[in-house]
Amino acid sequence: MWAARLAFPAAVLLTLAVLWELVVWGLAVPKWIVPSPSAIWQAFWEMRALLAVHVGQTMLEVATGIGIAVTAGVAVAAAINFSPWLRRAIYPLLVISQTVPILALAPLLIIWFGFGIAPKVIVVTLFCFFPIAINTSDGLTATEPELIDLFRSMGATWLQIWQKVRLPAALPYFFSGLKIAATYSVTGAIVGEWVGAKQGLGIYMLRSSAAFKTAQVFSAIAITSLLSIALFLAVFVIERGTMPWHFEER
Amino acid sequence: MTLLAVESLSKTFEGSSRRGSPSGVEAVVDLTFEVAAGEFLTIIGPSGCGKSTLLRLLAGLVQPDRGRILLEGQPLPEASDRQGRFGYMPQRDTLLPWRTVLENAVLGAELAGGSRDAARAEARQLLPLFGLDGFEDNWPSTLSGGMRQRAALLRTFLAGYDILLLDEPFGALDALTRGMLQQWLLGVRTRFSKTILFITHDIDEALLLGDRMLVFSPRPGRITADLTIDLPHPRDGETVLGADFLELKRSALAHLRL
Repeated sequence: MWAARLAFPAAVLLTLAVLWELVVWGLAVPKWIVPSPSAIWQAFWEMRALLAVHVGQTMLEVATGIGIAVTAGVAVAAAINFSPWLRRAIYPLLVISQTVPILALAPLLIIWFGFGIAPKVIVVTLFCFFPIAINTSDGLTATEPELIDLFRSMGATWLQIWQKVRLPAALPYFFSGLKIAATYSVTGAIVGEWVGAKQGLGIYMLRSSAAFKTAQVFSAIAITSLLSIALFLAVFVIERGTMPWHFEER
Repeated sequence: MTLLAVESLSKTFEGSSRRGSPSGVEAVVDLTFEVAAGEFLTIIGPSGCGKSTLLRLLAGLVQPDRGRILLEGQPLPEASDRQGRFGYMPQRDTLLPWRTVLENAVLGAELAGGSRDAARAEARQLLPLFGLDGFEDNWPSTLSGGMRQRAALLRTFLAGYDILLLDEPFGALDALTRGMLQQWLLGVRTRFSKTILFITHDIDEALLLGDRMLVFSPRPGRITADLTIDLPHPRDGETVLGADFLELKRSALAHLRL
């Protein structure tokens, strides 16, 4: 079933790649303007050892950033739902945090935190934090009041209500946010690396581009997409494992 | 023996302050009645008449403005006094979607801090009676509407309370399923020594199931009739066609039209 579902998009992609190859070859487009798919693959294969190092660095930044974003996002969502007063104080700040142009912020982070991993992790966190915090918060708000009534009528403590009703009820929302965050995260790391780094896919792209090695830029772009897709799928798999009830409808 | 006594219970909900209505909405006014141990009391009235508010007052989800609630002669003035004393089943389907039928059924024991294993064993024994044999590991979303209500009733019965407050448990079901569950509940009831307050807006259901029926007026809810339903047991589909039944129904309808 999975194979059948994947067959169609795979065929479309393959057809586009063949067309691309033919057009580049037929019009004799110079490699540094638009490389052919085969040239991109070649660039990837030749640089694979170096690319692995850069990918490793980028993924370390991504993993750390997502980890911090999940922790902070869930904590802030819980705080918002804990008291209406905190909600009024924090919610506007959340929205403002998302309106700040992160691209403009990235160079400042370099000034403040240097060329190490910290500014990249911060950029990833900024990209991922908002969807996680907002979705989880909405999930906690959306708990059906009847369920809370039921628990209260049974004499449940508020800790039991959080643990056994509100948190599980918010899980599907949390995972929606996490899926959005996962797809943003790799781009976030690359933005962070773009403004200054020693290692990472972002700096690899920048250097390749400066050297007019366009095929290398394209191969790095393809890797970025694939990593984002892989992260999305990983979250999807975790989601299914955590909430089997959510996927077993009548 | 009187198990539960309700004295002059009244509740007015505050009006929305933005609309500036100072009066608020009177939900129930001056409710007084007693329930004997083991009695099946049905409560009927037009929608919005405060039937649900009565159950929420009893369950400790709402505080009355006036009046008292006494359980075995003991007044329960605070909401927290009443929480954990009644087996309340809200109108809407309240099975936890992330728990299997069995894990939903043991919720009461779990919250009370009792042994989960003992509760599971007890629940397993009752599964056939509740028509859920073989479904203990199903997620609620995979069950039919009738089965979900039976699972919710199993949880309510298992929670260990003497008095059950059932708010239109069969209200959302189709007529056929509803009829089957009514018959089933009549059978199950004899196996448990529970006192039941059962809300419905279906007069046939109220008369078929109950030992006694309270009729509520339109909002604000007042008790306009307290009828004893002395139809013989066992009752079945034929009962609702008998002359005695129709006589009771006629009298109840007359009170409902007030």
